[in-house]
Amino acid sequence: MSSATAAGRPSTALRSEASAARRRRVGKLVSYGVLAAIAIIYVFPFVIAVVTSFKTDPDATQNPLSLAPSPATTGAFRQLYQDQDFLLWLKNSAIVTLSVTFLRVFLDSLAGYALARLRFRGRGAAFATIVAVMAVPGVVLLIPKFLMIRQLGMYDTYYGMIIPLLVDAAGVFIMKNFFESIPISVEESARIDGASIFRIYWSIVLPMARPALVTIFILSFQGSWNELAHFIISAQSSGLNTLTKGVAQLASGQLGVGNRYPLKLAASVLMTIPVAVLFFVFQRRIMNVSSGAVKE
Amino acid sequence: MASITTRLREPGIRGHEAAAGWLFLAPVIVILGLFLVLPIAMAVWVSFSDWTGNGSPLGAHAHWVGLANYRHLLTTPGLDQNNFGTSLRNNLYYVLFVVPVQTAVALFLAVLVNRRVKLVGFFRTAFYFPSVTSSVAITILFLFLFSPTGVINKLLSYLGATGPSWLYDPRGLFHVVLGQFGVHSPPSSLANGFFLGVSYWDWLSGPSIAMCVFVLMAVFTTSGTFMLLFLAALQNIDDSINEASALDGATEWRKFRHITVPMIRPTIFTVVTLGLIGTWQVFDQIYVGTKGSPLNTTLTPAFLSFNQSFNNNEWGVGAAIAFILFAIIVFFTVVTRLATRSPDHVPRRRRFLKAQPGGSAP
Repeated sequence: MSSATAAGRPSTALRSEASAARRRRVGKLVSYGVLAAIAIIYVFPFVIAVVTSFKTDPDATQNPLSLAPSPATTGAFRQLYQDQDFLLWLKNSAIVTLSVTFLRVFLDSLAGYALARLRFRGRGAAFATIVAVMAVPGVVLLIPKFLMIRQLGMYDTYYGMIIPLLVDAAGVFIMKNFFESIPISVEESARIDGASIFRIYWSIVLPMARPALVTIFILSFQGSWNELAHFIISAQSSGLNTLTKGVAQLASGQLGVGNRYPLKLAASVLMTIPVAVLFFVFQRRIMNVSSGAVKE
Repeated sequence: MASITTRLREPGIRGHEAAAGWLFLAPVIVILGLFLVLPIAMAVWVSFSDWTGNGSPLGAHAHWVGLANYRHLLTTPGLDQNNFGTSLRNNLYYVLFVVPVQTAVALFLAVLVNRRVKLVGFFRTAFYFPSVTSSVAITILFLFLFSPTGVINKLLSYLGATGPSWLYDPRGLFHVVLGQFGVHSPPSSLANGFFLGVSYWDWLSGPSIAMCVFVLMAVFTTSGTFMLLFLAALQNIDDSINEASALDGATEWRKFRHITVPMIRPTIFTVVTLGLIGTWQVFDQIYVGTKGSPLNTTLTPAFLSFNQSFNNNEWGVGAAIAFILFAIIVFFTVVTRLATRSPDHVPRRRRFLKAQPGGSAP
């Protein structure tokens, strides 16, 4: 902003300069006002969610807008713990999410490395297949996946919930692009020293690929933690409910909680915490990652 | 680059590489085959069969019925056809409302946070945060915000207005507007014509008030993601171009309309395409929120396909719906591609100057 002003100075009269500066200041105030108003719209619902989870049921119904619970209570959270299987859902979500995330990071990087660096017949075809797969919309696959999971005898098991989620064509794509962007010279000298291909991948390439691995980690964690549809079709016993599935049942009143919004909102606040933490920890990277993905 | 190729031409290493290459790819290929390619083939078969969920669809319980399931949905009048037509109508309005609005909002937000203003990090975070939360949590939040005695209606009451009952209100938006002008019933030409089991009058209903809540929710949760895509594209525009146009005395709006928009055209295409693909697949929100109620006005093809298969045991019909939905998504993607392909010189020259491919996400 200041550099533009400086550049304009020699050719512009002082008076119009002053009025231009005033106009800019007004413009700036307006854009702050607009930004603040929109920010309130985006943040306020989450504030309401947190506040309401500390309210009693009548308070939530009568004063949905009030930001001061009266009386403030942790009753909703205690009920989640005592009356619902919240800890079981949490455990299942953790098992599935961590398995999917780490396996994806490993398998995507293996495949990405092969596609980027190793020369072999059929590589082009394999890559084309993986790209084609990215185009198939997920919802179309609900019935097909269920049929296969059942056929393989994996229905209602952790295997059926985890293994189909390992399909991650976008992740393979990201890893391949990343490996192609780093210089090959280090790998070459290791190869001359006689290191095996797996050893080169494991101890030289992977450590260099940290930024891309973190990207896959974030995407996979968020994706599988928030996944609902796949768990609906891959398991039915309540012992295998994940947070999304359990809380979805709470929401639709299947678990006999009716319109008790403090309870439902407490559950949604709690289930949001892990992805929120992940988001704030890697915030800078998430914001930059997407820009990097588009630039390439 | 040249040195690898020569290295790889050495025979011994080449054999190793082929083995290692397939070994590295094997897990991904096997999983893709088992949980994507084969299942799709199986589901295609089911969509041509009368399987009702007993035993394996590959066994004696399923019989070939040809196009019967597709005909059942597309040409045979009845409840199933009516449900299917209704779900298409609902989802079509959802797409028509969400895609333009979320694209515009995302671009607007990106322009706002692309300026050098204080607290810009906070604003970006605030706008993006809804995108990281799960559809389940957000749906519950919106059920509360838009409940008849909820936050939104409370706010409206402060303004002296009475809000509708939102998720319980099946009235179509266009019908409500027509009602304001005293039009409450359709002319007979619209009432007596039918397409896919739904009368012309009902095709023209607009999204129901209940569906409008899901429209707002979609804009709320996806505008942040697309804002990031636009932000990246905006930051790719050379500062010199903006400065040059500022010296030329171009107003902000003219600059935006004639310089910014043409330069980010590829990203607009990406956002619209991703938007179309996403909005035709609404499932989670409906499953958690309304299950299609009120009066089927939030029923979507994705949810109907699930419901027909898993709850009504009409697997052939459910699978057929899924494949018709697939065809719709492909159709819309291709149409968008054709519509936005018009030759455009500015980005191309920029690409050439910067010597980098200007393509956007796949």
